[in-house]
Amino acid sequence: MIKLATPEQAAEKEATRAAYGATLTKLCAEGEDVVAVEADLGESTTTLKFARANSENEKRFFECGIAEQNMIDVAAGLSLAGHIAFTGSFAVFGIGRAYDQIRNTVAYSGLNVKLCPTHAGISVGPDGGSHQMLEDVALMRALPGMRILVPADYTAACKAIEIAAKTPGPVYVRLGRAKVPAVYAPESELEIGQANILRQGSDVTIVADGVEINEVLKAAKELETKGISAEVIDAFSVKPLDEQTIISSAEKTGHVVVCEEHMVYGGLCSAVSEALVRNHPVPCEFVAMQDHFGKSGSFEELLMHFGLDSHAIVEAVEKVNSK
Amino acid sequence: MIPQALDQESMRKEAQSMRIDIVKMISKAGSGHPGGSLSCIDILTSLYFGGVLRYDPKNPSMPDRDRFILSKGHAAPALYATLAHAGYIPEDELWTLRQWGSKLQGHPDCHLVPGVEVSTGSLGQGLSIAAGLACGLRLNGNDARVFTLLGDGECEEGQVWEAAMFASHEKLGNLIAIVDCNGLQIDGPVDEVVQTGTLSEKFAAFGWEVSEVDGNDVVAVTNLLSDLKTKGGDTPHAVMAHTIKGKGVSFMENQVGWHGKAPNEEQTRQAIAELEGKEVSND
Repeated sequence: MIKLATPEQAAEKEATRAAYGATLTKLCAEGEDVVAVEADLGESTTTLKFARANSENEKRFFECGIAEQNMIDVAAGLSLAGHIAFTGSFAVFGIGRAYDQIRNTVAYSGLNVKLCPTHAGISVGPDGGSHQMLEDVALMRALPGMRILVPADYTAACKAIEIAAKTPGPVYVRLGRAKVPAVYAPESELEIGQANILRQGSDVTIVADGVEINEVLKAAKELETKGISAEVIDAFSVKPLDEQTIISSAEKTGHVVVCEEHMVYGGLCSAVSEALVRNHPVPCEFVAMQDHFGKSGSFEELLMHFGLDSHAIVEAVEKVNSK
Repeated sequence: MIPQALDQESMRKEAQSMRIDIVKMISKAGSGHPGGSLSCIDILTSLYFGGVLRYDPKNPSMPDRDRFILSKGHAAPALYATLAHAGYIPEDELWTLRQWGSKLQGHPDCHLVPGVEVSTGSLGQGLSIAAGLACGLRLNGNDARVFTLLGDGECEEGQVWEAAMFASHEKLGNLIAIVDCNGLQIDGPVDEVVQTGTLSEKFAAFGWEVSEVDGNDVVAVTNLLSDLKTKGGDTPHAVMAHTIKGKGVSFMENQVGWHGKAPNEEQTRQAIAELEGKEVSND
């Protein structure tokens, strides 16, 4: 069962990446056989928090230096020795640069490796387009056996990392740099394969994941003032996708908008479209990166520039509802 | 358990018998990699039949087994022949190599073949996997050793050197990397494709203890690997095994063209005749 954050809880902003080191430390204290590998970004990914928590954790932390390909296969080797191996670095390197290692070793052998790089998407901000990974979900979705969780806030990120540890086989958890408001109350139970309806509505279904959830919730409030009732679904588990929840909602509303901080190709927009086209085709609009690389700027500026903010979502809803 | 080591003569015969299997398998399959399989089969013979590896074919997941990772996954026929002779898979299965429905995929698949620790085939990754495995075993207090076999051409992959740096930094004395230095790769001699220089000096510069051996001399390889295995310490060990690509089949030896080509019927007959008739010498 999920419980939405109270306004007071929502005011507490936290980055999803901050969940990483903290949750690994918790899992280890609970007796889970977790180990972490890093590629010189442990301060930013927070894996160093795990490493520095105590001397036992220190033995369970493997620093590979600036060598992401080696990092992924070292994790593969650790998993072969029976450990639950979590990987670090930023998504652009930890997924993009090491794609072949993920494909041919982790996924092909079906190893117990948990890919949890941080700094995915444009929320990286000032570092610019070279560091703003926007194809990661597409790359991982195309791999047989890979599960993908895209948490919307700190609480969801903690749950995603716990789920990853307890789900055998490869899992990708998409973590971000930007601080975002709490969506879920800490006692919420999130599940793999389950989408969460955050808001009931009757005129349009908005499916989103990750940091876009916050923009969608803002848009839903604005739409309400315009007399449009939006149902908001958090597709926390992008793969496996909870198709039934999305299809049922589409059957009710007849219109769907999909929002993600990712390229429009291959990610959640594609996953939702594939489910709807096969089962219940309805008019759709996509709020996502439209064939662009990112740029330097603040997260808020980038959301606005690339049409990913709440205003763009409102526009997309008005457009889809006119179809 | 360490299976009983064969005597020197039996080991040579075993290697020769597996050479015949390799030729037959690839011939039947109509594709595959004979050159690099024949170059490394003496090394595999040492590992599995020279009393080097601790393993039990009846219990492939035995926790304290020594691990072997074939980083040069295209030498799969050599690994499959070895696993069949060691008792992991039935020998009849060898003749299904690369065919539809076979467990013996073109490159080793750990889901299908007992004794294959991890699927390989994309070059440059085995040393990293082996290093991670060595870290993981050490963390478990497991004294098993990790062996991996790379090609010399494979050492052109940058990841090999990422792993080499990492392994010495982590002081992985439980890791032994063997490089099958057969001197040839698909596009030509290794040093003409891109000069790798002296690999032994490179590994030494990366903090490894390096040994050189005639990689087609099963006795020499066995003695060296047995020593390195018991040595342990806090330095990873690299073995430059100097081999002849296509070793044992006169028309394949040192021929670039036999990297990834199946022999036709006549060539197969000739190769098997040579391998059956000839006593293996150490020259």
